Order: sequence, then C-alpha cells, then structure tokens
Amino acid sequence: MDERRESEAAPTKNHTTVERRSERELVVTRTVNGPARLVFEAWTKADLFRRWWVPRSYGLTLLSCEMDVRVGGGYRLVFSHQDSTMEFFGTYLEVTPHSRLVWTNEEGDGGMTVTTVTFDEIAGRTLVVVHDLYPSKEALDAGAGSTGAMPEALDQLDELLVSLGSTTTQ
Amino acid sequence: MVQLVQANFDVSFGALSDATRRGVLEQLGRADASITALAQRFHMTLTGMKKHVGVLEQAGLVTTEKVGRVRTCRLGLRGLQEEAEWIERYRQLWSARFDELDKVVEKLKRKERVDGRKKRK
Repeated sequence: MDERRESEAAPTKNHTTVERRSERELVVTRTVNGPARLVFEAWTKADLFRRWWVPRSYGLTLLSCEMDVRVGGGYRLVFSHQDSTMEFFGTYLEVTPHSRLVWTNEEGDGGMTVTTVTFDEIAGRTLVVVHDLYPSKEALDAGAGSTGAMPEALDQLDELLVSLGSTTTQ
Repeated sequence: MVQLVQANFDVSFGALSDATRRGVLEQLGRADASITALAQRFHMTLTGMKKHVGVLEQAGLVTTEKVGRVRTCRLGLRGLQEEAEWIERYRQLWSARFDELDKVVEKLKRKERVDGRKKRK
C-alpha cells in the first residue's frame, strides 16, 4: 500500500545524462518513474510515442508516425520543419518486450546509425539507456554539429553571442 | 535522431538571418526587456515583435517569462562552439523528451489503477 501511495505522489523529474562513449557512440541515460512494461508501451505504440518524442519547444510538428514494431518491421516519422519536411525512417532489428529495442536510422547520408534502447526495471522504476552507434565519427559529428563539421553560420553566431556576452558584463 | 539537434541548429541560423532579430539580441544583451518595449524600440506592432521573439525563442537564443500581463525576454544560451555545448543541447532534447514521456507513463499508470479497481468490483 505504501508503494502505491508513493507512486501517486507528484512525479519528480529525473536527471538525463549524455555521454559520448567513443568516436561513434552516444549514450543517453534516464530513469522513468514507472514499470518497464508501461515505458516499453510508450516506446512501441505510435499513438503514445508521438505524444513525447518531439518536445514542444522544438518548433517541429510531427505530421505522421508509423511504427510496425516487430523484427524486420519499419518505422517512418515525418516532421514539418520551417517550410520543408524531414523524414526519419528505419527498421526494427530486435524487439524484446519490456526490455530491449534495436532499430536502424537510415535517413542519414553517411551510412546507417543503429539505436539500441534497454529498459531495466528496478523497484517499480525503469532505467532507460539509449545507445546510438554511428557508422563513422564523421557521421556523428555531422549529425550533432560538433566543431569540425559546423557550418560557417555557426561561427557568425558565436561571434555575435560573444559580443553580446561582453556587452552584458560591461 | 541527432538530426533533430541539427534541425535546431538550422532554426538558429534562420533566427539570425533577420536584421530586426539581430537587433533584438543586441538589445537584450544590454538589458532584459518586455515584448511591448521591444516593439516600441523597433517601431513594430506587438504581433510583429511577438513573432520575431518566437523565432528567437525556438532557436534557444532568447527565453521569455510571463509575469502578470508582461512577458519579459532575456538572452538564452551563449556560444555554441564547444563539444560540451552540443552535448548539452542533445541532453536538453532528451531531457525534454523524457519529461513528456513521464507524463505518458503517469497516465498509463493511472489508467491501469482505475482499470484494476473496476475489475475488482
């Protein structure tokens, strides 16, 4: 009974961590206050998935979300972004209910990224680990926009922000 | 899915392509300001300024906070060149995502509890 009362309390936000584990790997970790079967459901049912995958602050609209969650099944997400649309698509490689999902991301130019998500339930809470393996260091950098691959406009933005920063401190 | 972060970078560049918006950033670099004050400063309608601020906000360059009837704008994040900073952006994307996921899971939990009670009756 105590446990139930606890889970009814206002949900607290857990911390999200991101680690670049190698030149080709990014790992995101977060605990979700709920059992693995429900968290897994939210990752595998399109009507639930589309409610959380695109944060509202991103100014992107999810136009469609199709997910055929089984080994060999595909997914396709279509977003409107400013005046154009963006598509993300790929294939599910592994589907182990409540514990593990693996899918490919095939929209990139430089080869295929593989995303592995694991769900570990501990005392009614679920540790979610999202592991992205990029085809190359370049693909990760290009996708994430790190220093080497940053477009010129970003340098301009930096300059502007540096000048703004120095104005503020005056 | 890192491409979403890239999309957000594109939004930043779009935000800076406009002279008024660059002016707004410079202005906010000096002091926080309300949308009304910014509209007056740049001789624009309130609606027009709201639109510009919205674009800057989406790009993460400006944050706004509404207190009573006044929406105050201030500068958002600074500088983007360090790897640590794009990782931070990536973290923010996932953090926002997981915050929404929390709500979905919370609803599922509640629904299960209600369904469970119905079954017991």
